[in-house]
Amino acid sequence: MSELLIKNGFVFDPLQGIKGDRMDIGVKDGRIVEAGALANPKTIDAAGMTVMAGGVDIHSHVVGPKVNVGRLFRPEDKLFKSPLKRCNRMEMGFSVPSTFKTGYDYARMGYVFVNEAAMPPLHSPHVHEEIRDTPIIDNAAMPVFGNNWFTLEYLKNNEIENNAAYTAWLLRATRGFGIKVVNPGGSEAWGWGLNCEHIHDPVPYFDIAPAEIVKGLIETNEYLGLPHSVHLHCNNLGNPGNYTDTLDSLRLAEGYAPKNEFGREQVMHVTHLQFHAYGGDSWKNVESRTKEIMDYVNAHDNITVDMGQVTLDETTTMTADGPFEHHLRAGNNLKWANVDVELETAAGVVPYVYSPKIKASTVQWAVGLEIALMSKDLMRTFLTTDHPNAGPFTRYPRVITWLMSRAARDATMKTFKWLDRTIESTSIDGIDRELGLYEIAQMTRAGPAKALGVSNIYGGLAPGMDADVAVYALDPESMPSDPAEIEKVFGRCAWLVKDGVVTVRDGEVVAEPAKRTVWVDVKVPENAQVQRDIYEHFLRHYSVKLDNYSLFEEHLHNPRVIEVDTTQ
Amino acid sequence: MKTVTLTLTNPSELFLEGQNITPDNFAGKKAAEIAALDVWEGKQKSPLGKYFSVEGDGGATAAETKIVLRGDCTRTKRIGQQMTAGEIVIEGSADMYIGGWMKGGKIHVKGNVDSFCGIGMEGGELLVDGNAGSHLGSSPRGEWRGMQGGMIRVAGSVGNDTATFINGGTIVIGGDADIHVSTHGEGGTVVVKGNAKGRVGGQMVKGDIYVYGTIENPLPGFQMVGEVEQEVDGEKARFVHHIGDLGERHPVSRGKTVYANLYTRI
Repeated sequence: MSELLIKNGFVFDPLQGIKGDRMDIGVKDGRIVEAGALANPKTIDAAGMTVMAGGVDIHSHVVGPKVNVGRLFRPEDKLFKSPLKRCNRMEMGFSVPSTFKTGYDYARMGYVFVNEAAMPPLHSPHVHEEIRDTPIIDNAAMPVFGNNWFTLEYLKNNEIENNAAYTAWLLRATRGFGIKVVNPGGSEAWGWGLNCEHIHDPVPYFDIAPAEIVKGLIETNEYLGLPHSVHLHCNNLGNPGNYTDTLDSLRLAEGYAPKNEFGREQVMHVTHLQFHAYGGDSWKNVESRTKEIMDYVNAHDNITVDMGQVTLDETTTMTADGPFEHHLRAGNNLKWANVDVELETAAGVVPYVYSPKIKASTVQWAVGLEIALMSKDLMRTFLTTDHPNAGPFTRYPRVITWLMSRAARDATMKTFKWLDRTIESTSIDGIDRELGLYEIAQMTRAGPAKALGVSNIYGGLAPGMDADVAVYALDPESMPSDPAEIEKVFGRCAWLVKDGVVTVRDGEVVAEPAKRTVWVDVKVPENAQVQRDIYEHFLRHYSVKLDNYSLFEEHLHNPRVIEVDTTQ
Repeated sequence: MKTVTLTLTNPSELFLEGQNITPDNFAGKKAAEIAALDVWEGKQKSPLGKYFSVEGDGGATAAETKIVLRGDCTRTKRIGQQMTAGEIVIEGSADMYIGGWMKGGKIHVKGNVDSFCGIGMEGGELLVDGNAGSHLGSSPRGEWRGMQGGMIRVAGSVGNDTATFINGGTIVIGGDADIHVSTHGEGGTVVVKGNAKGRVGGQMVKGDIYVYGTIENPLPGFQMVGEVEQEVDGEKARFVHHIGDLGERHPVSRGKTVYANLYTRI
């Protein structure tokens, strides 16, 4: 394989603490190497440019059945928005882009790894088929556990060892990456027409509360020592006044310490925190409570969070939080799709328009930015839009611009119809902080990679790591005065090297290196009881036979296995 | 105003995608440049001049450009799609999507048109002397923001699903309408001067429908509330007034619930 030398760029690599030093990055056989170790490399001249590791997205809904429901029931999302065939495959869609557009657009932004945020275990073959069809970027997918009957039963009886054995089995059966928890207990209660809005609301029939589910799953996660922590979508999403429930959920991590061999330091990742930081008791008097939430997060090292930034676009919401989507539909009267997945989860999809003319939307916009701007540790605060829930991932460059430039925030705020009331209800107007490139690198690569437990492969530029390098035409020594320029630069990277292959040049995809599916294989001691429970449940309750449930090898595309052995 | 005359001399074997035939695209172009514009026959792109002879140059702007189409255009789709100004006259009949997503200007079709004409319309005028197919003035597939404004006038009859999700504007149908008129409507006016088959105003929230003839299968979601005299399309007449669709949500404005109105002529 060819050698590459990325010369003279300003390198930002938070994993090694490199803060914009002018350095050469060497690439050989798909790995980063010392620049001096190259014999006869091709050279990329990165002088006057910013060099970072390939981007890592910790939470994005890009593949799987509910994404596809979004694609199917929103043909208008493609109308007049489908660009021409620029690459190998046709690109279409805006808020729920086709798999091909997803891969290409992430690559154009300099991203190389995207973690699918919710995989319904029963439909894992579909998830993996779409992963195969999403070009360039490496994918992992987290199966949902928070409303799974097995999990609820084991945790109710406090059988952590059995739950761990089941978790290991399900991760293997679905080729999953980690433990995702969506509205713990609430989506199961939705099967009864109910919800769990608070962490002590009992789940019908199972008689267990969300608090016990979350704590049990944290214990399970650390018992197994998985690369990633529990990945939590809290109860009572998107409702004014929910910040108290969020604080209750955050407190569940107290007393737990991470136990793993992957460099992960948190026991709980709380996702799209923006949706969980509201005060007030209705959308009329909704206000930001980011300060309370971020004070707590800043003071507790065993928690990481991501933003879920509202981008003020027309988008498509989709989540395994079934009751929330029904609630949302009642608010905007648009079309609604709902799916119940047997013993495991329930999902909903509703289109949503975030508008600068609506106060609720502009307050949400402010809350999202406050999360990052109030964070004391950006290695624990990551950039996401909960794609496509708060906005499409293609708006990351715009979010970066808002974070890096007070002027950009002011320009956007000028378009708000309820500017005064937005300023009154939030603290965004009092924040002058502007993030730098090092902090952006923390939020978009190093931090997420570390929290996912893959920082030995992704998110950094140390020798031995994957040769995923993004070069942006941005000179840190003379930053553009026009914030729109920053957005343009991050939207179309000058170069993306993925696995040592020049993949993007001047914002256009020029090659499609093989993509991978990253999954976690956990060895656990044989557990006869769990095997019998699985057999019994499939016999009695599932619509498929056990033999047909586990993913067949042919569905799995180019796997990269992360092995965890608990038997030692 | 300058006139460009297109005469179909070499009919296509497949249907032609003619979205480039608009005053906006013709403005500021000479006849030869217009003949070089793209049209698609199936998946193959060809110049417009392969099928049509082009006479006359475009005006300086769309508003100063008039396009006259001669010959059998029943296999040409999307004429006047997304046009913002100017005028198009189709001497005979045309195919689907005529005047789709139109924002301004005027289209006059002297024959019939097929389905999806005037869908997603925001402004302008679409006149059809003959009949129209289904989905006239409707919303594009999946879209909940249908016709926003403008005027569609069809002298003959129309197919089903007229004015789905209509939000504004007016549609006047001289003849009959098949099933589904103003489904999910949230504004605008539809006048059916002939008979309507059924499902008129289903799930309608706001807006008006006038039916001069009979409704074969009226919906149970509409309730008669009285008789009124109204001026419609320049003439005064008495109507029975119904409100509905009572099975649907309805906004409250100034303390009063807003319903959709269905008027049937006495």
